[in-house]
Amino acid sequence: MQYLLLIYANENEIQAMGTAELGTMMQEYAEFTKSVVQAGQFKAADRLRPVSTASTVRVRNGKVVVTDGPFAETREQLGGYYQIEAKNLDEALAVAARIPSSKRGSIEVRPIWPAEDY
Amino acid sequence: MVATLIRLLGDFDLAEEALQEALAAALEQWPLHGIPNNPRAWLIRTGHNKGIDRIRRQATFRQKVLEREAAAEIGTAGADQNDDSFGDDRLRLIFTCCHPALNGESQIALTLRIVCGLSTEAVGRAFLVSEETMAQRLVRAKKKIRDAGIPYETPEPSTLQVRLDGVLAVVYSVFTEGYAATAGAELTNDALCGEAIRLGRLLDALMPDNAAVLGLLALMLLHDARRAARVSRAGDVILLEQQDRGLWDQRQIAEGLELVERSLRKHERASRYAVEAAIAALHVRARDKADTDWRQIMGLYEVLLRLNPTPVVELNRAAAVSMVDGPQRALDLVDSLAARGAVTDYHLLHAARGNFLARLGRSAEARTAYETALAAAKLEPERRLLADRIAALGEGPTR
Repeated sequence: MQYLLLIYANENEIQAMGTAELGTMMQEYAEFTKSVVQAGQFKAADRLRPVSTASTVRVRNGKVVVTDGPFAETREQLGGYYQIEAKNLDEALAVAARIPSSKRGSIEVRPIWPAEDY
Repeated sequence: MVATLIRLLGDFDLAEEALQEALAAALEQWPLHGIPNNPRAWLIRTGHNKGIDRIRRQATFRQKVLEREAAAEIGTAGADQNDDSFGDDRLRLIFTCCHPALNGESQIALTLRIVCGLSTEAVGRAFLVSEETMAQRLVRAKKKIRDAGIPYETPEPSTLQVRLDGVLAVVYSVFTEGYAATAGAELTNDALCGEAIRLGRLLDALMPDNAAVLGLLALMLLHDARRAARVSRAGDVILLEQQDRGLWDQRQIAEGLELVERSLRKHERASRYAVEAAIAALHVRARDKADTDWRQIMGLYEVLLRLNPTPVVELNRAAAVSMVDGPQRALDLVDSLAARGAVTDYHLLHAARGNFLARLGRSAEARTAYETALAAAKLEPERRLLADRIAALGEGPTR
């Protein structure tokens, strides 16, 4: 099965990090990503720019409405994701628990819905 | 058998239907051809074949059929030696039903329905919801197991203890709901207590000599042993000190005492259940309230508070403190608990305050506390007990 691991973390905390701390985090992420690739579980991964750069699009009555950012003021924001292949939920949860941000933020684990199952 | 079929077929509903078909086939064939040497193996083999037939019949997508068939074929190797793997299958099933990715209510409902084999209607009755509501809850839970890929496996050693804690919490919830229902006309639901103890024994058989399992089983046995003495014929609550000790189940007490000692002798971090069982053991060993070793009980609550820091444990510790250091110190503890705001609508907190205030001779305040407790209590026998307490304060009964 494939799972999307959505990384939610507090952007302000990350922005407030010093160079050394940020370097450590990047190093941890590099090692984690390498381990997922080596285990053959890696499908895709990306880091997202902060919520301040986001736009939201809606089409209402045929008109495209674009607004600034998402609405909800939440403590943690979606900051990136991994798409992985895992045998089952337990294996996916174990990978999610190794994501460096899981120590401070939270990881939402969602099974990917294969098109043939719709 | 459902457990084994779920492993072989990889699907809860399919396994249940396949077993039904196998049982129907048995009713047709056994009277004609005689009962097979190993009826369980016969039923599992037949159910397995029926399940595969169903997959073939129902399949919409060729790919899915191939996958399921492959999975089922791999499972076939284990089907012949099913009697050996039967216990493992049940253990896997328990861990699946109690998976933390399912919400607490669903974990309990699935365990009662699928591990204990209670009917959907009976599970619904235990939780005061209709059969339809419970059926929907079960359908949603099974759908999540399938769609989220919750495995049908015993957890890895690295997560086994954490996952076992989750399983034990489910078993204990079943027990406490049976032992002291949260609402309704009856104080106890004996069927739920019985199922919880049965689950405890099953876990003890499947994971022998585990300190936490032993502790929980001991705790349930010691509490349950006093069940007959806890409720009067009229359905009223009888508190420990007024119980007729002749009604206690001495055989069950002896077993509970032996298990709690075995659990505490294990050189692991003490389990919260074992500590609670040790407290229950001190209560049942005492001849009466005065003979009770309250100082040791108070100490055990201090330990328990470190293992399981909840307001309910704090409240129970305060009750023990009142027997050692007197009601004033206990009242201070409860007031500080209330000041933290965690449990202001919990009726037992106000009932405890009422008790301490009454013992301090502060009747008017005791009355107010008992009345607050009465307003929050939902269980009829508890409400009657509180009303009696208010009446005993000497200003005539109020309801």
